[in-house]
Amino acid sequence: MSPSTRRAFVIGSAIAAVMPLSSARATPEQMRKAIEAVTRGAKINTGKVTLDIPPLVENGHTVPLSVTVDSPMTDADHVRAIHIFNENNPQPHVLHANLGPRSGRALLSTRIKLNASQRIVAIAELSDGGFWSGAAEVVVTLAACVEEIV
Amino acid sequence: MRSLPAIVSAGALAVFLVTWAMAQTADPRRSGYQEMGASLRAMQDDDSANPGMLWVGEGRALWARREGAAGKACADCHAGETAMAGVAARYPAFDAATNRPIDLGQRVNRCRVEQQKAEPLAPESRELVALSAFIARQSRGQPIAPPDDPRLRPFVESGEALWRQRQGQLNLSCAQCHDDNAGGRLAGATIPQGHPTGYPIYRLEWQAVGSLKRRLRNCLVGMRAEPYAYDSAEYAALELYLMSRARGMAMEAPGVRP
Amino acid sequence: MASVLVNVPKTAKRGEVIEIKTLIAHPMETGFRAGPNGRLIPRDIITRFTCVYDGAEVFGLTLTPAIAANPFIAFTTVATQSGTLVFRWTGDNGFSVEESASISVE
Repeated sequence: MSPSTRRAFVIGSAIAAVMPLSSARATPEQMRKAIEAVTRGAKINTGKVTLDIPPLVENGHTVPLSVTVDSPMTDADHVRAIHIFNENNPQPHVLHANLGPRSGRALLSTRIKLNASQRIVAIAELSDGGFWSGAAEVVVTLAACVEEIV
Repeated sequence: MRSLPAIVSAGALAVFLVTWAMAQTADPRRSGYQEMGASLRAMQDDDSANPGMLWVGEGRALWARREGAAGKACADCHAGETAMAGVAARYPAFDAATNRPIDLGQRVNRCRVEQQKAEPLAPESRELVALSAFIARQSRGQPIAPPDDPRLRPFVESGEALWRQRQGQLNLSCAQCHDDNAGGRLAGATIPQGHPTGYPIYRLEWQAVGSLKRRLRNCLVGMRAEPYAYDSAEYAALELYLMSRARGMAMEAPGVRP
Repeated sequence: MASVLVNVPKTAKRGEVIEIKTLIAHPMETGFRAGPNGRLIPRDIITRFTCVYDGAEVFGLTLTPAIAANPFIAFTTVATQSGTLVFRWTGDNGFSVEESASISVE
């Protein structure tokens, strides 16, 4: 029994048939507006923020993600908040975390849902009022052999 | 100064590592764990990050809870976190009362009905999956060891026949994906060899822990075949065949899979 | 009672930065999915997580439907003094769970 082109086609069609249809999706434009609501128009600098997310996501239901910000985390100089944004989920603002000098390090790890391949942006709000950002592109693949919602 | 036992155990560890490494190169079988990316392997490896451990914790609480007319807890007979070590590695096992193999969940229900005088838990219910996860966690690292019971042989054979049988609207067999095309790609995913090393698993697709039967059910739905009823003879036979095919591979429960 | 796992080091040196990991069983139903009857399944999510240590909120997270089911949250804090860390998850439909862990700081 060797694999045939026809079989590969059949399997491919099966996968296409079970792909979830997403009705509500944000757009890059909505992401821009959501970011603006947080920064209130302030300049966003690129750097200091590292967004660690697998470039190839094996299942969009649970995508491990961590954010670190280069900061001494002292009373005078620390990260106040970390925000995550995406451009393709129904809501562009995924989370925001409150941190401070007692955090010791500017680090946050969690798991998010992504309904398609897209760009993810992390923004850090610093104690001096400045905003810094890091971004990552992710490719989301679909799981094989899913089941109906039970 | 190093003590003699420390040196001896370091030597034993070295022997173990060499044997292990040799076994790795000689054995072409691969756990689905090895097909996953680094972040999902890390999720499985860290008990404080593995979401399957939530079910293990629920199972631990259920294990200690008195149930049924007899007012007995599982822990009254099987106390401690190691009482069930190795058990999940040797199920399904032959059940003389019904003259057929029963799997771990069915064995838990047998205890509930006969010992605790309680109602059996529904297949794939949160409670039964949690108890199974608590039990299977105790076999982590142990080799899969299906019983060498001649009464099981015809069931293993019928399991293998089911594995090779084309079915469903796509007219596919399990073997066509997981033997013939294992290691290849199905859309973005690597097709695993289909060894039941991690069960019960936290499947990201389910966002929950589920049994091997639930996973087999997903495969059947994917093939556009009619899934068997939970507790059917077909699932028991397939589980038995898969365990015999994976004999000696290490248990990982609760595994994490995409 | 929802099931919760928190991982906090039992002991730490004063001033040491410790990592805290938490998991909680929760469906995080987005409100955007249709059920078998074709109707939307109502939203049911955790909306807020906080960690209070030594009387002060040292970490807070606002969650949305995009947080994966059975939320995993890991963060750091400075070990200031021996005491209790109180974790609280609140959300839709009156969801409220509290868990605590003690730490001994030398």
